[in-house]
Amino acid sequence: MTADPRSAEAGLRLPHYPRPDGVHPPLDYPDYRSSQLRAPSQPLVPLPQQLTEVTGPLLGAERVTAGDADLTTRHAGEPLGERIIVTGRVLDSGGRAVPDTLVEIWQANSAGRYRHRVDDHPAPLDPNFDGAGRCMTDSDGRYRFVTIKPGPYPWRNHLNAWRPAHIHFSLFGRAFTQRLITQMYFPGDPLFRYDPIFNSVPDQKARERMISRFDLDLTQPEWALGFTWDIVLRGASATVFEPQGDR
Amino acid sequence: MLPVTLPLTPSQTVGPFLAIGLPWPDGPFVVPEGTPGAITITGQVIDGAGVPLPDALVETWQADPDGRFDHPDDPRGAVAPRAAGFRGFGRCATDESGCYRIVTLRPGRLPCPGGAQAPHLDVSVFSRGLLDRVVTRIYFSDETEANATDPVLRAVDQARRGTLIAVAEAGGHDRFVFDIRLRGKDETVFFDV
Repeated sequence: MTADPRSAEAGLRLPHYPRPDGVHPPLDYPDYRSSQLRAPSQPLVPLPQQLTEVTGPLLGAERVTAGDADLTTRHAGEPLGERIIVTGRVLDSGGRAVPDTLVEIWQANSAGRYRHRVDDHPAPLDPNFDGAGRCMTDSDGRYRFVTIKPGPYPWRNHLNAWRPAHIHFSLFGRAFTQRLITQMYFPGDPLFRYDPIFNSVPDQKARERMISRFDLDLTQPEWALGFTWDIVLRGASATVFEPQGDR
Repeated sequence: MLPVTLPLTPSQTVGPFLAIGLPWPDGPFVVPEGTPGAITITGQVIDGAGVPLPDALVETWQADPDGRFDHPDDPRGAVAPRAAGFRGFGRCATDESGCYRIVTLRPGRLPCPGGAQAPHLDVSVFSRGLLDRVVTRIYFSDETEANATDPVLRAVDQARRGTLIAVAEAGGHDRFVFDIRLRGKDETVFFDV
């Protein structure tokens, strides 16, 4: 039995997750050719944030094992390439850690080849590298992966188009509004200036927030280079949930 | 109010190879297969040339059949769902023919300012060519009365409202079709959230 949803709901307080302008790329971005048939042509319709939007899946721990965060130990041998440690914190814009949230990553191998049937880049697959990882953030919002540095690779967006090296990151946060999929880049990549995906982010400072930082303190002697990258999701402010109209 | 101090990390496209990292074997099952009362929502994701996308990912999030969330930010209190294994969340990559499938329970109505929202799922679509996710909603064609007073549907141009409504297959209430047209003719309504 479900109660009449209009009754007894006065004064509910819902968080609100503002979406700032100018951070995310526009959907319609002609320099990225495949946006032309896929980006909506109609303006987005404002959706007030209600119960479905301020809640979200709190899951993941049940589908992650400790080994999932190390992409270099899945096979009999070690993958080729530069072994790296990638770590950072998942935060919200209020500066609060986002603990216990699922982080999923996928990437090319060190030669710039994805283990995927439609990747026909003539670079070798690595039998010791699959390119997928996952972990949960700890109580401080921290994630940590061990992997190899992905290579840059060509794509057919325009003549002589190459993607800068990157790792795809998928984040949930704790609300539907916080969901984010993005890419982490590496410092000093000479391909940044030519890449329409990187440059689809309109603000230079925002673009720089997608670039990890080389971290000598994280680097392990005789073992692996360390890169640090914090991820910031939308934060919540409290608003009053006020039923009106027929009350 | 919480001061906003840290600038956000921008979105980037999932690219063509999301299948390496995102699909889960049990992703389409918001409830375990065989759960009494389960409904199936299927559809195609289609581009502006009418071509189905073989490389998209559809995710859904919804209330349980009682209109509740097992989540601390539901101000009515977190409530564990009565149906065993109900996750609220679904995820399905499209196949070669652009099709996805979600197996779930019909969500309940939800309170909102000034009334109630009709049963709905929030939907995120990710794909190559989308620099950010696009967000839409699935409503149900056999919820005519609830849909008529839903404030979100009512705010959408009537001519486009139908793009948000999953259509029950003939003679039933457990199989629905919801196509997602990213661009062009009969373009699905997408939300700024």
